[in-house]
Amino acid sequence: MGAGHAHPIYREGRTPIHAVPAHVKLVALLAFVLVVVATPGTWYPAFLGYLLILALVAALAQLRIGFIVSRLVIEVPFVIFALLMPFVASGERTDLLGISVSEPGLFAGAALLMKATLSVIASIVFASTTSPRETVRGLERLRLPQVLVQILMFMLRYLDVVSGELRRMRIARESRGFTARHLGQLRVLGHAAGALFIRSYERGERVHLAMLSRGYTGSLPTLDRVVVPAATWLRALSVPAAALGVLLATSALS
Amino acid sequence: MSQAGPGSALAPSLVMTGVAYAYPDGHQALFGVDLRIQRGERVALLGPNGAGKTTLILHLNGILTAGAGTVHVGGLEVAKPNLAEIRRRVGVVFQDPDDQLFMPTVGEDVAFGPANLGLRGTALHARVEAALAAVGMADFVDRAPHHLSFGQRRRVAVATVLAMEPEILVLDEPSSNLDPASRRELAEILTTLPITLLMVTHDLPYAAQLSSRAVIIDEGTIVADRRTQDLMTDADTLAKHRLELPFGFDPLAARAATP
Repeated sequence: MGAGHAHPIYREGRTPIHAVPAHVKLVALLAFVLVVVATPGTWYPAFLGYLLILALVAALAQLRIGFIVSRLVIEVPFVIFALLMPFVASGERTDLLGISVSEPGLFAGAALLMKATLSVIASIVFASTTSPRETVRGLERLRLPQVLVQILMFMLRYLDVVSGELRRMRIARESRGFTARHLGQLRVLGHAAGALFIRSYERGERVHLAMLSRGYTGSLPTLDRVVVPAATWLRALSVPAAALGVLLATSALS
Repeated sequence: MSQAGPGSALAPSLVMTGVAYAYPDGHQALFGVDLRIQRGERVALLGPNGAGKTTLILHLNGILTAGAGTVHVGGLEVAKPNLAEIRRRVGVVFQDPDDQLFMPTVGEDVAFGPANLGLRGTALHARVEAALAAVGMADFVDRAPHHLSFGQRRRVAVATVLAMEPEILVLDEPSSNLDPASRRELAEILTTLPITLLMVTHDLPYAAQLSSRAVIIDEGTIVADRRTQDLMTDADTLAKHRLELPFGFDPLAARAATP
């Protein structure tokens, strides 16, 4: 199959973080990010506190710093935007290393950078301790509409199938001497994309037939009835609770 | 492998009478098909590409509804109010296992059909285990379908319909894309299943190995219905309908070798 390992962010493991059910983790993640976002941009000690909390969770999940940093690349567009803000924002000017920059822009940029980085780290910790399948299950338990759950599930299942088709089409193209050298050849790639769409559409129809043949009536049968003990909820929610504690403490001190 | 149901005790597994069908674009695919398959029979449905084989399959479980004629499965008519039970009774294994295996893991996929029938808990679990064991894939419950070989996926696809304990197992081109070992393994599994079998194929040696009766469909009608062995030695009939034995295959020798 070859392409069967397309989820490199997930790390298998048996840590206490892995063991928490996905929907509990999702709620904790959301609450944590809300606390981070709600923190005023200049309360730097609070942000340091959040970072320490995340470091503790990551250590519990046995994630290496290098692993998290390498996955932070996804944040790059935000970083660029945050770095631009001091230069494009209006308001009072101030000197930074001899360059005149906008003061509100500088603070806003710094706040954006810190909040985004903390949120992304939290998401990376979540994603590397929760398999994609578990994530979808978690969303389902959180009452995400069935249609969206099914779309996500089929995406997981058919990602490899479709990328396999894409790969075969590329090999067939290149076997006949095609190399994408200049923009004019985008037309060829456009055709390939169109062909891939048609194939996927037809596969969708065949899958639907197969589902109907086994009694599908519009919703997937939900099989798992998980009862999560209160202690697990408490343990997971202690993460955003600690963040909230940091926020309140900082507020009392300033 | 069968359950009691309305009229299913002694009725034939499949009765088609005068089934005709035209696609919405006007192309007529079936012109009055009559076919009766007794319980426990193993029938090969042969025919060239475009003969109407797949269209016929889709009539068996009510995906397509005949313009004229009727289909009965185990005595129950294929009609809107019966569709849920009909789809339990007719287990269709489609040609591409990637179409059939749409759930994230093998176990969930095999559970899909019986769960739609309302099974839950230990009953469902037992069903899944039995079906996977029947195709020799019991150890693969938690695997993702795209991590399996093609032959393994086809076997799991068979398990997904076995889990519904069907009246009749319908296989669309069961040997396509299989390497020789997978092909033999699938044949061994299909031989052991105590079930009515309808295999749609143009792989004549496979039909000779697995079925005792063969039916040729061409241009939307049944043109031959005989013992598989007799049909295999009738080169004229085969040739008339674009069917050919592979080079070097001797049906008489094959019959002698069949236990």
